Order: sequence, then structure tokens, then C-alpha cells
Amino acid sequence: MSVIVSTWTCSSPPFSEEEALRYAGCRGADEGMRRLLLDCAAQAEEQMAYRVCYGVLSVCIQGDCCDFANFSVCSRQLAKNLDGCTSVLLFGATVGVGIDRLIAKYGRISPARAVMLQGIGAERIEALCDAFCRNYAEGNDVGLRPRFSPGYGDLPLEVQKSVFAVLDCPRKIGLSLSESLLMSPSKSVTAFAGITHNKRKSENNGCSSCENTGCSYRSEQ
Amino acid sequence: MNFRKYLRDHIVFLDGGMGTLLQKRGLQAGEAPERWNLTHREAVIDIQRQYFDAGSNVVCTNTFGANTLHFAEDVLEEIVKAALDNARAARDKSVGAQEKFIALDIGPSGKLLKPLGDLDFEDAVAMFARTVRLGVQYGADLILIETMSDAYETKAALLAAKENSSLPVLVSNAYGEDGKLMTGATPAAMTALLEGMGVDALGANCSLGPKQLCGVVEELLRCASVPVLFKPNAGLPKGVGGETVYDVTDREFAEDVAKLIQKGVRVAGGCCGTTPAHIRMLADLTGGYTPVPLADKGCTVVSSYTHAVTFGQAPVLIGERINPTGKKRFKQALMERDMDYILSEGVRQQEQGADILDVNVGLPDIDEAAMLLDSVCALQSVVDLPLQIDTSDPEAMEAALRRYNGKAMINSVNGKRDSMEAVFPLAHKYGGVIVALTLDENGIPDTAEGRVKIAEKILHTAAQYGIAKKDIIFDTLAMTISADTSAAKVTLAALRRIREELGCHTLLGVSNISFGLPNRDAVNGTFFALALAYGLSGAIMNPYSADMMRTYYTFKALWNLDPNCAEYIGAADSFSISVSQKAEHPSEKVEGQAGSQLQSAIIKGFRERVGILTAELLQTVPPLEIVNREIIPALNTVGEGFENKTVYLPQLLTSAEAAKCAFESIKTFVAAGGKKSAGKGVVVIATVRGDIHDIGKNIVKLLLENYGFDVVDLGKDVPAGKIVETVADLHAPLAGLSALMTTTVPAMEETIRLLREKAPWCKVVVGGAVLTQEYADRIGADKYAKDAMETVRYAQSVIEK
Repeated sequence: MSVIVSTWTCSSPPFSEEEALRYAGCRGADEGMRRLLLDCAAQAEEQMAYRVCYGVLSVCIQGDCCDFANFSVCSRQLAKNLDGCTSVLLFGATVGVGIDRLIAKYGRISPARAVMLQGIGAERIEALCDAFCRNYAEGNDVGLRPRFSPGYGDLPLEVQKSVFAVLDCPRKIGLSLSESLLMSPSKSVTAFAGITHNKRKSENNGCSSCENTGCSYRSEQ
Repeated sequence: MNFRKYLRDHIVFLDGGMGTLLQKRGLQAGEAPERWNLTHREAVIDIQRQYFDAGSNVVCTNTFGANTLHFAEDVLEEIVKAALDNARAARDKSVGAQEKFIALDIGPSGKLLKPLGDLDFEDAVAMFARTVRLGVQYGADLILIETMSDAYETKAALLAAKENSSLPVLVSNAYGEDGKLMTGATPAAMTALLEGMGVDALGANCSLGPKQLCGVVEELLRCASVPVLFKPNAGLPKGVGGETVYDVTDREFAEDVAKLIQKGVRVAGGCCGTTPAHIRMLADLTGGYTPVPLADKGCTVVSSYTHAVTFGQAPVLIGERINPTGKKRFKQALMERDMDYILSEGVRQQEQGADILDVNVGLPDIDEAAMLLDSVCALQSVVDLPLQIDTSDPEAMEAALRRYNGKAMINSVNGKRDSMEAVFPLAHKYGGVIVALTLDENGIPDTAEGRVKIAEKILHTAAQYGIAKKDIIFDTLAMTISADTSAAKVTLAALRRIREELGCHTLLGVSNISFGLPNRDAVNGTFFALALAYGLSGAIMNPYSADMMRTYYTFKALWNLDPNCAEYIGAADSFSISVSQKAEHPSEKVEGQAGSQLQSAIIKGFRERVGILTAELLQTVPPLEIVNREIIPALNTVGEGFENKTVYLPQLLTSAEAAKCAFESIKTFVAAGGKKSAGKGVVVIATVRGDIHDIGKNIVKLLLENYGFDVVDLGKDVPAGKIVETVADLHAPLAGLSALMTTTVPAMEETIRLLREKAPWCKVVVGGAVLTQEYADRIGADKYAKDAMETVRYAQSVIEK
């Protein structure tokens, strides 16, 4: 089956200082740290290019395996996540190479700044995914399951190859996959989000839904 | 007919979309369209025949992704051969009466090149070269490199085409809505790069419809001297009833493209979503147009991977600080291959307002070619300014020009025959603006007349190599007035004549004028002002000099180059005092004695303050004592805070960076005394093969250096062999390995295995996002460190016991 791949872009989604600080490993920021954060955020924002490519795939779940017509993957957790859905929103999102360049630059001359930029980049890509999913759900009058990415739980990273083949990420949004399955630009996400038709509010993607309870970034809420 | 000849006098019509039409005939998402050359020949031929019937002069082979990344060598050959056979069959079947050519189509690899991605530049060149050679072998008339969204990959593809064929090459890039490539290059930057390398036509395709790309095309028409190509999508894709539909009709498409043909586009076709109907409409509508004649824009322009810098507008500042001449600390950095020092000089000059950076890393005892190449690549990963490659070694020059991402400045050529014979072929192949010194076998003429004569000779010889006047900038050689007080007048007279009579741009290494005099900045600033008034286009200068920057800003304000004097007003405070004397930040106040002040300033992370306090202390206290009594205790305070979770990572690093400033002051002090500071022991660190993220490793490096270890940083994506070789060469007692992904942990395991074999004495500490104690044990590491402080503690236990 041919998948229609579309692209979406937006201006800067709302910025959460607290989230960026959490990703930077800095929960209890003093005034100096907060000033550094805002300075880095202003610098980073000039470099951001928010881009998403996406398509809707039909899904047929049998046991632990999800069959998306173009490809299939076996993962107990993804199957559970998509349970009851007949279609899935598959997307690739990136904030572009600019933030990678800044991180590389300050990694060499000011690692403190690099760590902040790293946190900001992580916050930005999450904010982009949230904004995209919200926009999609509202625009199409559907609900979305919490998004689930290759590498989460038991969903193998290898599925990235299929995701990239279907979405044509390099051409659509300039997102590429390395031999070791790393994405470049690094502040990028690919994910499956099950589409539901009961129009309830889209479910939150909070840390509470994650099984990795030992994670140092785990949010308090 | 020959394609180049046809292109000179005609508007050339390309074909339209292929992939979207193959999808209509059953090509699946994710399936390789290139295979259809073998499996669905009739479908491919039929589409291509329709394009020729519709009026296309050029039809592209169905080889967009035909390269060795996607196909095995033998399959690739079958595909390219079949693709050319198919296009020829379509041409033979077509009833179209127009001139018809077949272009070997080359699309992007789908990978990002290093340093952003994992594809090496030379590997990319080799990959494209394979496809080019097959295209030549099986009879393509020309090559179309298209849909490239990155400047570096575009250069790799064009270089492969040039090195492996003599066919005409057309290059087209995919610009986004922001008018730039995905990796940031502007149309002006791409024009500089591509024209420098001798492209036959350049342009824009894919990504958007003709209306949205109009601005990009107009910018290309403004900059380019070669024909401009335009091949937009039929608007944007939409899903209608399970099918992808593009929203621009054939008539609207043809009308929009026709407007740009009237403005000067010379090669036109369509990309995604366009059909033979779009091309027929376009050819019918514009077939009678008279092509807009080509005009050489005559711009002297260099570029980086993001932007272009043009000579002849505001004076261009070329920062001279990356150069060991007369700088002990810089020499030491070169001997120690301390790349971070070189990079920080680059970043600082950019912050001070440099437009271009000169890069000279020549020292008698080092491998200049390797060092220059490394420096150019490293600088291009942290600063986006164009570089001026400064070496007298042709081999080093070629290595650097080849890898340079953009159109570089080449420093330098002179009127000597062997100099011109060495430099001009490189400039012709890789592109570049050449700095030409007005001297020759007989030395530097002491009259303006003599220097102008040499300039004429250089221009004449350059033309024989196909190098245009616009790509040469003359340096009429500033010589010190302390030796000959008429020197400045001769230099300036030659400068004016070259600018006015030869119509060429000029630059000077300004600071030479004052050699041997006191308060050199005063002479330099005044000479700079005079030279600007004589028509100087650019200066190789010290951007840290307040006098020079004062002259620069005031000249621009006085010469009507600074609307509302806005830049002058903005910069006025900065050059009222020199950079080194800059007052401390008001918030950087710390109380107490100089010693405890230093500790406190490190803890608070006040970098400038730390530098000043250390310099003060060095007047009276021995360096080692400052390290042991002030710096280390401060670092320990912060480090313990981090371990107790009262200090967070960015705070730890801010202090570490401040401490680094203290060490920098000490190093400069020690280097000035001609000595070398002794470290505690060597630690070799690297991010393993396949992993391209290195922030964690950089943090570890900073902290290890703070604690006095000599860190040899091999970078990221480092093969096991290189790590082992370095450890063995240095007999390093400790190696630190970092990995971010589960997929690269095997590379770490392999490295440890090799280390055990070849360097059994070496302890191995591992860290990184995915690592755990369990992983570390399984792959045989000596130590798993959960963060940088733990690595420091471990290094201390291994090396200092």
C-alpha cells in the first residue's frame, strides 16, 4: 500500500525552562544557571528549524506483532500501546542541524554551555512532538495514544530502517540515519502514535508511563 | 549537438517527476524506484518517452538513488546500464522534433556527512564517483546532480563528477521555506561553491512549488554567472482519496515558471508531482521566448557552509590570529596538537567581528599538511566563517582545499613561475579566491609601477589556467616604515592603481607596516584608514586590536556604509578600551585576598575574573603553588558538591571552565619562560566507532585536564585500531571510552579486546548514556564511571598512587 507522506512545520512551540533544566541535569538552578539557560535558549532559537514528516498506516495486531502493511515489527510493549487501534500516525520530527552545531562548538570551548544547549535541544524536540500530535489530533478530530519510539522498551532500534524507508525522512525533513542507527540531526524523534476514534483527550506522555524507573531524568510529577 | 553548445544559446527544457508517476503505476512506499529499470522497463520507458514527446530537451535516467550505499556493485552496474538503455529507447520512440539529451541523474545519499553525520567526505566522493563512471561508460550526455540539501555533499558529488568525467554537470539544490538548504547554506553560498568548481548550470529543485521558490531563484539569478536551473514541485502534496495529489495545476505551474524564465532562468523542468502535461504546457508557453543572455556578475566572493562574503562592499576583515609567527603559546599548542586552543582563537575572532579567518599552522617540526587539514575540519565544526588557507606547501594546500566546505580564500600566490604553476591548478579545480602578492623572482619592486606590472603578469598567467580576474585579490605588500619611510606611499600607490586600472580587489597584511616601532596599533590603525580611502577591499588584521576596530567602524560610518551609524554606535563602547583591558563584569566581584579570591571566583565560575586574578598571582607565586593551593582546592569543593548532589552538572562545568582559564594563564606564563608544564600522566580518550556524539567525553576531558592529566582526545567515531595505536605509542596508563548507543557498545567491546592484546598495561574506564555496571563488566572494562567526577577519581587512583 502506498503511504501518503506529508510535512508539517510550526513556529517556536512554547518553551518550558523547567524541562530544559531537567534535561540539562540541573533541577535546582540558581540565578546564574537560569541566566545561562535563557542566554543559551535565545541563541538556540535562532538556529531552530522545526520540521515533521508523517503518514498514516493501517495496523493489524496479532499477539506481540504489529503489521503495518509495508513492514511489521514484533514488540510486546508497542503491541500493548497500540492495542485496539486500526491505524497509526507514524512521524519523524527534527529541530534541525543548528543546535547540533552549537553543541559541537561549545563542547569544544564551553562544556557548561553545551550541556545547557543539550537540555534545550531535548526540550525543543519534545515540545515539537507535543505540538505536532496536538495539532494532528485536533485537526483530524481523533485521539492519539502516547507516542512510542524505536528503542523504547522492547521495540528494537532496527525498526528505524523501515520507518525511514516509509517516511523518506532525508528528503522530506533532512533527517538521516547512520550505520549505527543514530539519527542526525541528533535532536530528532521518530514515533508511532496509535489513532483512536473515541475523541477523548490525547493521552499524556509523562514519565509515569515509562518502565525505566531508575532514569536520572525521570520527572517528579 | 553538443549539450554545452545548446545550453549557451537556448532555453533548455528538462523533464518532470518520475517517482510520483511510478507510484501511480504501483511503486510501493519504501521500494527502490531504480529497480524498476530492470523489473518494469516498459513503464519507465513510457514515462520518459512522454516527456520527450512533451518537449523535454533533457530526460533524466531513473537513477536518483543508484549508488553503492543502496545497491551492491554488480546490481548497481546493471541498474545504471538499464537506466541509460531505457532513456535511449524512450528517445528513439519519441516523436518530438527538438534536440534531445540524456542526463545521468544523481540524487543525495540520504546520509549526513561528518561532522554532523557519519558519512566521510572521501567515502561520499568515492560513492558518487562509482555512479558517475558507470554513467559515462553507458553513454550519458550530461550529469544532473539534484535535490542536494547539504553543501558538503553537493561538493562531494560535483568533485566526483569532475574527476571522473568531462561531461557537462548541472547541479540543483533543495531549498526550504527559509530560503536555505537543510544544513544552512544560502543561494549565494552555493553559487560561490559551485561556480568555483566549474559547474555548467546551477539551480533549485524539489521541496516546494514555483511560487514559494521564487525568492530563491531570484537570488540565484542575482549571484550566478552560469545558467540558472529551476525544477520545482507541483506545489505541496495532499492526500485525496488514498492518493497523493499535488495542488498546482499544469497551467498555473507553467505560468509561474514562465515568469522566472523571463527573468533569466535558462534550464526549466519539474520535480515531484509534475507530469508530462506540466512540461508540455511550459514548453508551449515559453518555447518562443528569447533566452536572457548570460552575464558574468564579476563578483569576488568566498563562502563557508552557510554564507558568502563578497568583496567590494564594506571592508572585509580577515582575522590573522591563527598563526604561530611570534606567538610562543600558539607554537606550544601546535606542538601539543591542542586543537581546542586553536578553535578558541577562531571563535574569539568571530566574536570580535572578523568576516574570514586566516589559518596558518606551519611550523618546521610538524606535519603541516595533516595539521592544516585537521585544523580546517575542526574550525569548520565550530565557526561558520569562510576560511583563508595560508600555506606555502602545495600538498597541504590541496588537502585543505579538497576538504574545505565552501569556496575558500587561498593565501597565497606570487609572480614567480613555480608559485603560479603550483597554485593555479588547485584554484581551478577546487575553486577559491587567490591572494596574489606583487613580488616575483626579482623580489619586491620598490615602485608602484613595478608592482602593477607583476599584477598584470599574474592576471595574464591566471587566465591561461581558466581563472578569472574576479577570483584574484592583490596584496601590494605593506613593508615596515621603520626601515624605509617611503614604503607606505609605494604600497598605497600600487593599491590604488590596481583597484582603478586593473579593476581588481586588494588587501593588505596591515600590521607589517609598523614592525619595529613602539605603539604599533596606532600606526596600524592610521595606515588601515589611509588604505581604505585608497580603495582597500579587505585587511588581514588583528580583530582584538581596538585601534583597528575603531578605524573599521568609523570608516564605515564616514563612507556611507553604515545606515544611521547604527553599527558604529553599537560598537563604540567596545573599542574605547582594548579587549585585554576590558573591565571585569560588575557581577564578578569577589571579596578577600587574591588567593582566596581566586578560589571563590573559580567556584562561582567567573572566567574573566579568574584569568585576571591568576595573572596577578603569577607575579609573586610559583605556578605549581597556585595550582595546588588555589585551583585544586576550589575544584575539590565543587567536585564534592557535585558528588553530594548539591552542585549540578552545568555549575560543575562553569567552575571547570573558569579553572581552565586559570590554567591558560599559567600555560601562557610558563610558555613565555620557554618551559613546558609537566602533567601527571597521559589519559587517552575517545568516543568509539559508530558513535558521533561526544559531549560526555568532552566533559570528562575538561575535568581530567583540570586535575592536571595530559589528555589525548581522539575525538568521536574512532576506530579501535587508532585508539590502541595511540595508547601503545604513548604507553598510556589509562584509556577512557565513551558510547551513547546500544548499537555501538560492540565497538567498545572490540576496542577493549584489542587493548588487552596490544597494551595489556592499560586500564580502561568506560562511560556513556547506555552503559551500566553490568554492561561494563560484560565487555571487560576495568571501571564503569557514572559521571566525569568518578572518572577523575579513578584516574587519580590509577595514575597517582
